[in-house]
Amino acid sequence: MSDDRKLTYAQAFNEAVSQMMEADPDVFCAGEDIGAFGGVFGTFAGLQAKFGERRVVDTPISEQAIVGLGVGASVTGLRPIVDLMFMDFICVAFDQIVNQAAKLKYMFGGDATLPMTITTAGGGGLSAAAQHSQSLEALLCHIPGLKVVMPSNPYDMKGLMISCIKENNPTVMIKHKRLLGMSAPVPTEAYGIPLGKGNIIRPGKDVTIVAYARMANEAISAAKELAEEGIDCEIIDPRTLQPLDTDLIIDSAKKTNRVVVAQEAVRFGGLGAEIASQIQELAFDYLDAPVSRIGAPFSPVPFSPALESHYIPDAKSIAKGVRDVMARR
Amino acid sequence: MDFSSAKQFDLHRRMVRIRLFEEAAGRLAEANKLPGFLHLYVGEEAVASGVCGALNDDDHITSTHRGHGHLVAKGGDFNRMMAELMGKSTGYCKGKGGSMHISDTSLGMLGANGIVGAGSPIAVGAAFANKYRGKGQVAVAFFGDGSTNIGAFHEAANMACALHLPIVFACENNEYGEFTPRDKTMAITDVVDRAAGYGMPGVIVDGMDVIAVHEAAVEAVERARQGGGPSMIEAKTYRFYNHHGVQNLGLKYRSDEEVAVWKLRDPIFTFEDRMIENGVATRANFDDIWAELRADIDTAIQFAEDSPYPTPDQITVNVYTSMTGAN
Repeated sequence: MSDDRKLTYAQAFNEAVSQMMEADPDVFCAGEDIGAFGGVFGTFAGLQAKFGERRVVDTPISEQAIVGLGVGASVTGLRPIVDLMFMDFICVAFDQIVNQAAKLKYMFGGDATLPMTITTAGGGGLSAAAQHSQSLEALLCHIPGLKVVMPSNPYDMKGLMISCIKENNPTVMIKHKRLLGMSAPVPTEAYGIPLGKGNIIRPGKDVTIVAYARMANEAISAAKELAEEGIDCEIIDPRTLQPLDTDLIIDSAKKTNRVVVAQEAVRFGGLGAEIASQIQELAFDYLDAPVSRIGAPFSPVPFSPALESHYIPDAKSIAKGVRDVMARR
Repeated sequence: MDFSSAKQFDLHRRMVRIRLFEEAAGRLAEANKLPGFLHLYVGEEAVASGVCGALNDDDHITSTHRGHGHLVAKGGDFNRMMAELMGKSTGYCKGKGGSMHISDTSLGMLGANGIVGAGSPIAVGAAFANKYRGKGQVAVAFFGDGSTNIGAFHEAANMACALHLPIVFACENNEYGEFTPRDKTMAITDVVDRAAGYGMPGVIVDGMDVIAVHEAAVEAVERARQGGGPSMIEAKTYRFYNHHGVQNLGLKYRSDEEVAVWKLRDPIFTFEDRMIENGVATRANFDDIWAELRADIDTAIQFAEDSPYPTPDQITVNVYTSMTGAN
């Protein structure tokens, strides 16, 4: 068991699920193509062979019933992991997610516990076009009753997924499709990362970049480039978007006095807007520049690589955002 | 099937409890003592009673927006129900759910539901868990004729059959989806015709006859319990009051004559006549039962009226398990 054993982001997800299924007989997985096929992204590979068809269940292409399966099974005592393949498909299941999973506990006056995890894959960069590339996390974060998690690397993936499975509330784990092959050291043992705790990926003193999922990695590249220009970036990865680690973000804003928020989602009404708003409410007097938001233009995700490569924010657009914020006096 | 006199009295009692609760709720609504919407189950009592009378305490049901009857039939407590309808802190949902979300998970009643068709996928989940645990529990999805037109129902029925789950789909066909007659919204007369398309057996029963419903339910529940998979019961029934509220006559979407014809088939009174005819009961027995249960209702109304409203600090409580509010 060497500490530098590497796993991909997809393998880290798989190992988290596998270890939790070993630890708790009430954990099961259900979703489209997750059995013998192992999931369209391979994230469930080998689980059915290991745990059998009783615990790793191939379902019809029925997103409402898949989430409903999770709601009904969790409220009656199991700990389901239900997979929605592409994040865009949450729209197909939105009643079960928003009106049922998120609300049963509250509507029942507390007389319900729903320890269920919805897993899905978001983000663009695969020329998958407008119905298979979206970043819809803001829709979910707006719903009281849900928790929303978006890991940016294999280590966080394993720890956060384990916490999602152990969590006693409906949680949405959003894998980023372009990070599935990312490889990094991941401890062999089962470990959790608390939901709602962000991470300072890179400490710095001049400007704060708040970025999650794939954008956290783009921010790291941007910070390297900016370091050569003498700009020292602090990168905060909230990791969990609901609940959001506001304290960590505010402390950093107070220290650096300048903040850029980077998201892959459409800029309007996104997480960046919420984060910027919280910063101006809680750290207005510390700011030397308006909080800047980097995000996608207000259009569906385009298909052609010639368009999509300009649509999705990257290290370059984040670096430009940082330079603009630094230029304010 | 022959049912014992004890079972007949049990089914009768469930129906009378529903009737008295609903009529009391109707009176309170008319007196402006109940906030929000009210979908009364009067007329359909034989369905919930006949089906729930075939269930054990640890079996699960999902319900509809017209859900009081299902909770009463599963053993719901009048006091907590009435308090919930009034929005009091002593209610089943502490005043956070109301009529459309009334529930008691300890009785396996997984909630009335404000979204038409949304209960069936949840029942599938409960049935999955029951099969997973292997202790012989079953789930029943109650749903109306109208909800078979929504996608969630189709997904639930198909998945239940594909996974061969211990579930009964119990359709209350009251011939109207809200204010629109069934023949305007589907091209078939019998909802149960849809069962075959999923690969499950289905039967039509007289939903005004509690024994007929119960007989079908016993068979369907037993099939599910023994690993025989899903089945559907279509109970032809009728709501005596409006879609919501207490009005019954003078409605533009259905004739007074139609209402009168159905009311002649009142599931409680016709059953009482039968029990007397068969020598199972006397009129005096029924007078005692109604009087006893009326007293329970009066107690429940008093309990609810005397109960405090929830305080504003409760707004953000129960959003999450061991967490109050985000941020």
